[in-house]
Amino acid sequence: MHELAITEGVVEAVTGRLPGARISCVRLEIGALSGVVADSVRFCFDLVTEGTSLQGARLEITEPAGRCKCRTCGVEFEPDGPILLCPCGSADVAVLSGQDLKITSVMVA
Amino acid sequence: MVRLIPADHDGAAHGHGTGHDHDDHPHAPGHGAGHDHDDHPPGHGAGHDHPHAPGHGAAGHDHDDHPHAPGHGAAGHDHDDHPHAPGQRAGDRTVILQQKVLAKNDELAQRNREWLAKRGVLAVNLMSSPGAGKTTLLERTARELAGKLSLSVIEGDQETALDGHRIRAAGAAVVQINTGVGCHLDAAMVAEGLRALDPPGGSVVVIENVGNLVCPALFDLGEQARVVIASVTEGADKPAKYPNMFRQADLVLVNKIDLLPYVEFDVRSHEADLRGISPGALVVQVSATTGQGTQAWYDWLRRRAPAPLD
Repeated sequence: MHELAITEGVVEAVTGRLPGARISCVRLEIGALSGVVADSVRFCFDLVTEGTSLQGARLEITEPAGRCKCRTCGVEFEPDGPILLCPCGSADVAVLSGQDLKITSVMVA
Repeated sequence: MVRLIPADHDGAAHGHGTGHDHDDHPHAPGHGAGHDHDDHPPGHGAGHDHPHAPGHGAAGHDHDDHPHAPGHGAAGHDHDDHPHAPGQRAGDRTVILQQKVLAKNDELAQRNREWLAKRGVLAVNLMSSPGAGKTTLLERTARELAGKLSLSVIEGDQETALDGHRIRAAGAAVVQINTGVGCHLDAAMVAEGLRALDPPGGSVVVIENVGNLVCPALFDLGEQARVVIASVTEGADKPAKYPNMFRQADLVLVNKIDLLPYVEFDVRSHEADLRGISPGALVVQVSATTGQGTQAWYDWLRRRAPAPLD
């Protein structure tokens, strides 16, 4: 359940950047290849924000799909699940996107 | 809560007394102001509760930019002055942050990496599921490389100093980190562990992560290499089930190979899955119990160990 630590990281990052500000909404981007389960973050969010300036804030999560490029055949593809296998059968692939785990923006009351 | 337990009873690993220079220690953020290091030298005894979580300074403590350690919840804070449940209203303004959630950890990991490089110390992040044989392998490694390689260990477990004591008994310097509810080690904990361990130049620090094939994969500790143990008793499907963990392995040790006659473990499909997930990883079969194949692991470690600086 590293999502608990991840969600605590969100609270720390927001309170660090905006000390004292009352936060009414947090927008996260959790890429499909980030290794983080968005539902688990949702589950932790109310618990972790309780008693902080983020308490009661709405949580909005976007989950962009992963994008890979095969080093063997050169084709770009969207991986089907967490195992990054090119349609040509090669596992030698570079991840182009979908690994990001970031706070895109917040709304301040 | 994060507790740091120096399992190194006799303090041999650390001349942590007066006159000790802390300037080159990889301090966790917020750590330093008013903090008196002479209060709690490593080797202080078993069960010693380190009063400061990584990143948790003493005097001059500012909670606004304070990176809390995992497991550090809201309890204990005085939040009476917080406006509760603001709710969202029309006049609210959007502030663009575009900030990586793990930026703090990554920054600390980078600081650890620079500190290790400056000292000439190799750090290896050793990961596996619980019971795969991490501690048993390190016990054998400490015994068999004694006098050949300077090895110390940062032990990560949720609770107990049992593993720390095992490593100490095998002859290596060790610090035990208890993560409490935390399911992985992070870069701040490792910074604290390195500070207590004080490894000499030319040595190897193995960071034995919390037994878990999921969470530790996400947290950069500042290590130069990642080693994953997969044991034959776990079944051959683990790389396919936990690709995030195996994808970033530099070395995969297939442990308990002596038990192969007694378990259903398809060596070929295991290796084929690994190749499909981590084409660059070296795969070595070992038995931490009998010693079979461990020479290849020792060779791998010694090839990477930096030359002593003096």
